[in-house]
Amino acid sequence: MTALTERMKDGLDAPICITWELTYSCNLSCVHCLSSSGRRDPKELTTEEAFRVVDELREMQVFYVNIGGGEPMIRRDFFDIVEYATSSGVGVKFSTNGTYIDAATAQRLAAMDYLDIQISLDGADAATNDAIRGEGSYDTAMTAMRHLKDAGFGEFKISVVITRHNIAQLDEFKAIADEFGAQLRITRLRPSGRAVDTWEELHPTLDQQRTLHQWLLGHGENVLTGDSFFHLNALGESLPGLNLCGAGRVVCLIDPIGDVYACPFVIHDEFLAGNVRNDGGFAAVWRTSNCFTELRGPQSAGACASCGSWDACQGGCMAAKFFTGLPLDGPDPECVGGDGEYALASAGAIPRPSGDHSKPIAVQLGRRSNA
Amino acid sequence: MLDSPLKLHPSVALRPEPFGALAYHYDNRRLIFLKHPTIVDVVKDLEQHPDLQATLSAHGIDEQQWDNYDKAICSLIESDVVVAR
Repeated sequence: MTALTERMKDGLDAPICITWELTYSCNLSCVHCLSSSGRRDPKELTTEEAFRVVDELREMQVFYVNIGGGEPMIRRDFFDIVEYATSSGVGVKFSTNGTYIDAATAQRLAAMDYLDIQISLDGADAATNDAIRGEGSYDTAMTAMRHLKDAGFGEFKISVVITRHNIAQLDEFKAIADEFGAQLRITRLRPSGRAVDTWEELHPTLDQQRTLHQWLLGHGENVLTGDSFFHLNALGESLPGLNLCGAGRVVCLIDPIGDVYACPFVIHDEFLAGNVRNDGGFAAVWRTSNCFTELRGPQSAGACASCGSWDACQGGCMAAKFFTGLPLDGPDPECVGGDGEYALASAGAIPRPSGDHSKPIAVQLGRRSNA
Repeated sequence: MLDSPLKLHPSVALRPEPFGALAYHYDNRRLIFLKHPTIVDVVKDLEQHPDLQATLSAHGIDEQQWDNYDKAICSLIESDVVVAR
């Protein structure tokens, strides 16, 4: 643990990395959606309010923001907000399923500065991807990527959430990224949002985690991870990146209605620090909220204190523990030492995420066939 | 590098932090940590002096430490935070 990482635990004057979900509205209904997105929240920030958030980020010298959703491009003022941010010196990286990137939009995006795009893809073939993201979503993503390539956007990102079913496709994902001149980004599946109900059947097995660790070591900094796999460091060699949970210390989430949470994966009252609409705005939440102050205080290793790997894995991911009913001062549910499985056997009740914006399940009222 | 005229890359922004500063390169979108307040002052001031050693001397930094600063600046040149002028 370096002195710098120790400093980060105390929190920074402003976040390094903010995720800003612009809307809970989404045309897809991915089974692992971290924000249970689907329907728009009527209390969504207005365009003007979104501009004020950007003003604050600029004043705090937050260099860039990760915009997501929901599907952020659904917002009619999507380009207004993005252009306002980039022209204020707040760079934008946005995540999209690609539905709204046609040839003309790709050209518009390619002409913009300080802009980066992340296309979500959760399978290297349609069957694997669509089982998670819905029918037709693989073709949609591939079409968007082709448009970006044709428009000369340059190096965009392909963002993959690693599951039990796509982990064998790592090399294929890399090949797809190479084909499009894109960079591969793979992140960890957390049991957040709708994944609270699907994590158990989707999260990688222990053997798969070992394979992943080796694969990541072999690819070094060419593959991005958002530093999300630091719990794998307990397997031996450390992966590049910050080896710590950044929640409330260096990262946070602003949700579509302005609520500020400690990280994108803990949309729950327990980790709600405040709202950008309140007095003092975002800066006051970041600097003075009780929630973030507590997260920056000394954290107990709890049941992990006697484990020789604590320094390497720091007990893993807070969100993963919380939404599997595990104590926060104990092993990660995917602890590579096997302690997580043991802990899960006696886990408490699983908390439900604060908001469910999922679309109601469409009931097919088809005519009875006479055939 | 001690006798080279240097400057902070025009596309790099520095944000003061308790440990030093966070540097962000708008061209390659990389974040770099400057891990000491003095190196931050030196980097900001490079353009005001004929070369690196003049900057170090102006900041009252002991000559015995110049090698360390030279190394730190070299790594910042590698990451394109500092450039020749």
